[in-house]
Formats: sequence, C-alpha cells, structure tokens
Amino acid sequence: MNPGKPTIRLKSLKRLNQLASEVGRDVAFMEVCGTHTMSVFRSGLRSLLPKNVNLLSGPGCPVCVTAQSDIDMLIALAVDHDVIVCTYGDMLRVPGARGSLEKARGDGADVRVIYSSMDAVTLAQESPGKQIVFAAVGFETTTPATAAAVDYAKRMGLGNFTVLASHKLVMPAVTALLDSGTVHVDGFLLPGHVSVITGWREFDPIVKQYNLPCVVGGFEDEQIPEALVDLVRLVGEGRAELINQYPQAVAEHGNPSARALVKKVFELADVRWRGLGTIPGSGLVLRDAYRTFDAQARFNLSQPKDREPKGCRCGEVITGAVTPPQCVLFDNGCTPTNPIGPCMVSSEGTCQAWFKYHRVGVPKRRRLASMRRRDPKTGKPSVLEVQP
Amino acid sequence: MTHAAPITDTNHRLAEGNDKPRGRVTLAHGGGGQLTDELLDNLILPRLGNDLMGGLLDSATLAATGTDKLAMTIDSYVVQPWKFPGGDIGRLAVCGTVNDLAVCGGDPVGIALSLILAEGFEMSDLAQVIDSIAQAGEEAGVSVVTGDTKVVGRGQADGVYITTAGVARVPQGRTLSPKRVNPGDVLIVNGPIGEHGLVVMLAREMPKVKSVLRTDAAPLNGLIQTLLKKVPDVLFMRDATRSGLAGVACDLARDSGWRVTLDEARIPVRPEAQHAADMLGLDPLEVANEGKVVVVVRPYEADAALAVMRSHPLGEGARIIGHVGGVEDGLCELHTLIGGRRIIQKPYGEQLPRIC
Repeated sequence: MNPGKPTIRLKSLKRLNQLASEVGRDVAFMEVCGTHTMSVFRSGLRSLLPKNVNLLSGPGCPVCVTAQSDIDMLIALAVDHDVIVCTYGDMLRVPGARGSLEKARGDGADVRVIYSSMDAVTLAQESPGKQIVFAAVGFETTTPATAAAVDYAKRMGLGNFTVLASHKLVMPAVTALLDSGTVHVDGFLLPGHVSVITGWREFDPIVKQYNLPCVVGGFEDEQIPEALVDLVRLVGEGRAELINQYPQAVAEHGNPSARALVKKVFELADVRWRGLGTIPGSGLVLRDAYRTFDAQARFNLSQPKDREPKGCRCGEVITGAVTPPQCVLFDNGCTPTNPIGPCMVSSEGTCQAWFKYHRVGVPKRRRLASMRRRDPKTGKPSVLEVQP
Repeated sequence: MTHAAPITDTNHRLAEGNDKPRGRVTLAHGGGGQLTDELLDNLILPRLGNDLMGGLLDSATLAATGTDKLAMTIDSYVVQPWKFPGGDIGRLAVCGTVNDLAVCGGDPVGIALSLILAEGFEMSDLAQVIDSIAQAGEEAGVSVVTGDTKVVGRGQADGVYITTAGVARVPQGRTLSPKRVNPGDVLIVNGPIGEHGLVVMLAREMPKVKSVLRTDAAPLNGLIQTLLKKVPDVLFMRDATRSGLAGVACDLARDSGWRVTLDEARIPVRPEAQHAADMLGLDPLEVANEGKVVVVVRPYEADAALAVMRSHPLGEGARIIGHVGGVEDGLCELHTLIGGRRIIQKPYGEQLPRIC
C-alpha cells in the first residue's frame, strides 16, 4: 500500500489571521525569490492568506531579470556560431528578437539542457573538437557553481569552454527598487537559498536604512506562513527587525568559502536588468585572470540593443509595480505555450505562477439532479459529498 | 515463405536460438534478404514466435466474432536511453499499446511490431529488447503476430525505435467517454504516480544517481478486464502516460465540461519518487506513467471499483483521488495538502528542469 501524503494543518495560519486582523489595514510584503513565488502558488497558500495580506513578487526569478539584450546575444551565439550551448532548462524557451533557444535547436543549433555547470565542463572535456558555451544565469545561489566550473576549466587548461555570464546580486536590486520609490511594501520575505550563500547580515541595510522588517524564510509548507506571521507581527508592533526563520540552512555570514570562490573568479560590475535598467555594482563579470573563458570576448559578440517585446510588462511585474493580470497580454496572446515575456516562460516566473495555478475561468455554478444521485438498485446516496 | 539456406559468413553469423547473440546490426540485416531471414530465424522468432506469426505472411489473420467491435491503435517508442531501471523500450512498446487498447474497454488480440534499428546496435541488446517484448506480451496474454524490421545507417537513428500497433475486441454497447461523466463521479488511480517518467529522467540526466525507483510499465488489460467484469458501467478510463495525472485530469475536465477536483492528500506518491521529482525540479503530477490508469465511476460504485482494483496485483495501491464537481467551467483544481486550492494546468510538453 502506498498511502497519500498526510494533510498538513498549518498552525501558523490561525496566528497569521489573528495578527492580520489586529493590524487592521492592508499590508504588502515582497518576496524576492522565484522559489517562494512558486511555492506560495503551488501549495495553495495564496488562497488561504488573510484578505489584507498581499504578497508581491520582486526581482527574484533569474531568467526574468535577465536583460533582453543578453538573451538576444545568447540566441545569436547559438545560431551564428558553431558551438554547443549548454543552458539551464528555464532559458530554453525565453523569446528573443530572433526566436528562442528552443527554436534555434529546432533549426539545427546544438543546444543542450544541463542540470549543473560541471555537466558543461565534462562535455567540453569529452568533445575536444567543439566549443562549449555555458549560459550562466542566476543569483548568488548559482554563481558559486559557475565560478567552480570556470576555475576548474582554467586548472585543466580547457581551451574549448567558455561562459556567457549574466550573474546578478539580489541586494543591489532591492536597494534600487526601494530608491526608485515606485514600490511600497511593508516588509520583505528574504530569499532562503540566496541567504545560504550571502548570510542574513547581507540584508541588514533594508532594516537599518529603509526601516522595513525582513524575515528570511524557508520553502516548506509551514515555513512560509511562519515567516509571514513574523512579518505581520513586526508591522503591528511598528518594529523594523531582521528575523532568520530558516536557521537550519542560513547562517549569519552564509557560506564564506563559496563567496571566496566567487570573488576569486568574478568582480563586481554595473549590469542591466529587465525592468530596472543598469544598476551599479549589481552583477558579476569574469576577472582579467579568467577573461579567456568569457564567451562574449572569444566569439567577438556585440551587445545588441535592449528591445523588449511590444506590450510586455515583465519589467513592471518583476518590480512588483503590477500583477500579471494587469498586463493586457496576460492570457491574451501570452501563455506558457506561447510566451511573449520571460515571466511567462520561467518555472519561477510570476506570470507563469499566476497563469498556472491561479487563473480561474468564469465559474458558472449549476446544481443538477444528478449531483444527488442514488444507486438505482439500493437507493443509497452517493459515497462522496458533492460540493455545490 | 521459404526459408533461405543459412549463410556461413561468420562475421554476420548469429548464435542460434536463445544463446547470447553476438555481433552488431548491419545495414544488410534490414535489407529483406538472407541476413534478414537469419535475424528473424535466429533472434526474433525463437523469442516471439507463435502459430500466427510463424507463418511469416504479410499480415496475420485474427479470429473475430460477430458481436464484438474492434479497437485499433498504434504508437511509436523512441525513449532515450532505451534501457532504464525496471524495463526497456521493448517492455514499453508492448505495455503502451496494450494499455491504449485496454482503456477503451478492449481485450487485445494481437500486436504488430515494427523495429527500426541503427547500424551498429549490439545484437545482444536487440535480444534483450525482444526478450522484454516477449515477457510483457506474456504478462498481457497477447502475442506479437506480425512484424517488420528496418535498419538505418549509423547516426541516422538512436539505437532502436519501435512502433507497435494493436487490435482488440470490444463488446458491443461498451462506451467509455468523458461525455458520460457527471458531477459527483469519482476518480480512482491504481497506484503511486510518476515513477516511469522519473526513472527515465534520472537515467537520462543524472545517470550516476542511484535510486530504488523502477519504471511502473505494466500491461493493465488484466486489471481493467477484471474491473469491467465486476463494475461494467465504468464511465471513462485513460492511462496517465505523457503529461501524467495532470494531463488526464485536465483533459477530462475540458472534454466533460465540468470542473474536476483532485485531492493532493489522496494522490499516492512514493517518498522516493517525490525526492527524485524535487531533485529534477519536476512535479510528479505532470510526469509520465506507463502502468497507471485513471478510472471514473459513479459515486455509488466507487467502493466496489476500489475493492476490485485492490484485489489485483497492479491495483494494490488504488485510491480515490478526486471527483467531478458541479461547476461547469472545464477546469481542473487541486485541493492542496495545506487545505488551499489551486488550478492544475495541462503540462506544456517538454519537461524543463528548473534553474536552481
């Protein structure tokens, strides 16, 4: 026998409802991690939140914040050069000016989906006659893996491995967002995975300079509502503090050896973000000692102009300025099957989360005699209660 | 059909009968000449042969009765890798086609087998695939009654591709259709989900990861025929193959016009399958099964259907997983473990691993 899973009775939900009603006004929190966005929808938590507690998705989906020009450059590389492009699956279907990597693959380009940066290095070792390019995207969580791959490739003297990196940092984006004055939130649900690397101290300035409460949250069913309980409580008490609700994974100073490896391979740079423009010191580029592993230099790629899809409001979605249904393209030309913007493509994208788990058609309620059907032989009522 | 004299070229000589075959597939094995005959006589017929096929005519003649309808289906199998824990492409090719017939209420009577082999495929591997076909056929109680073999040049195909077609008898008056489904009807699945797809994804993407998971590929005609004998008025059935349980439930909602609600707490998922899915960034709901069927019955027949299914080895893990609701919007909804609600969408198609 294989029983199903036990139902979870969230203890924190009751407390959340109680605290939210005590606050007595609408409160909005921003989650800055695509995995939080997806978890909230996938677990159905969104349908259980108190009416006055709103969750806004911030710039936490790595694919979604990647500038359109970086995506166009990657697709051009796959189409115009005789290389094997290795990518995380999420990048495959992001549309660019010349189609997507998926389309390029269909047209004959060699594009491979990998799970780990080291898969690309192994492929390079096994394919001496081919140039392997790893499309490296992601925040602090995936950067150490890219750094490890590049460092290893250098030690092995691999001449056929490069990365097209658009790694980004969370904190500069949050600061830019708060400085822009376009988004009004009462606190932040901080990214658990990113904090594993950075440590929770990284986010101190949000509390100290912007006077907003922050909670580092895990991803399990009980962990997100627990983090929200703390946030609502802090708002109610009018206190700006940073609470670590994910101590089993997140330490004050994170993972110093991972950060040291990143620092060895990468240096800070001003990079472009979708929806946020260029943010000083918000991205990472390869240091001079590793410049030979930069695909842009090796293949002499020119940076195209940022031309975002017409009508697409991904830039506003990832900064929490609008919710997906406020975009005219949402479910109206832009769907996961035919995505126009990256937020609809990525499995962590806010638009995909809304579309996949939250889009409800116009319900037409209808009661039928057949709902109260009885067994014609025994006259017994049906075994299941039917919800009208 | 006259059998050609055995050829003596030792390079191409196959071991006879069930001995471990030697060598590799060459283009000439698909040429329809002496080498094809040898392949048939020494590798395939000893494993699959039966009265109907032994004649090696261009088509097999199957017995028919006056009152039955015939169901017919065809499916191609290109799974990569061709071998994975618990099964291989041969087992899949029989189970998939048998199950497509079985969920239409059919009792399979014969399978046609088409092999496309790549030059250089190991003969011993081919023998393993044919043995799996024979084994699955035996489990299903149905024979391969006719077949074809082609060989393409090295690099033009990936090892082995199989197409199987099948014919089944369906009693007059049996209609299984989503149109027959109404509010209150109950969805049952015969066991834990997601295992075939996860096993293949693990074998493909993380071959070094050791897992206790095995493919669930199994012929379901025995289970389904047993169920239909005891509960003749099953409304609809579908095997939850590609796009998984989510795909079946979404199609049922769309085609019936009613909202279909699944209850996450009741959906059986083995912990090891959930771990594999988490690691691969996949949702077990959306992953392929090859031995799982979703059965829809009237509410007052749910207990009886469940009992019959649980009495069969392939239905021991059967559970009621959801019901058809009274809202006429054709959506599929999940009641989640924490008591929340969300929509289930039909999966896009390609399972894209997540980024982190």
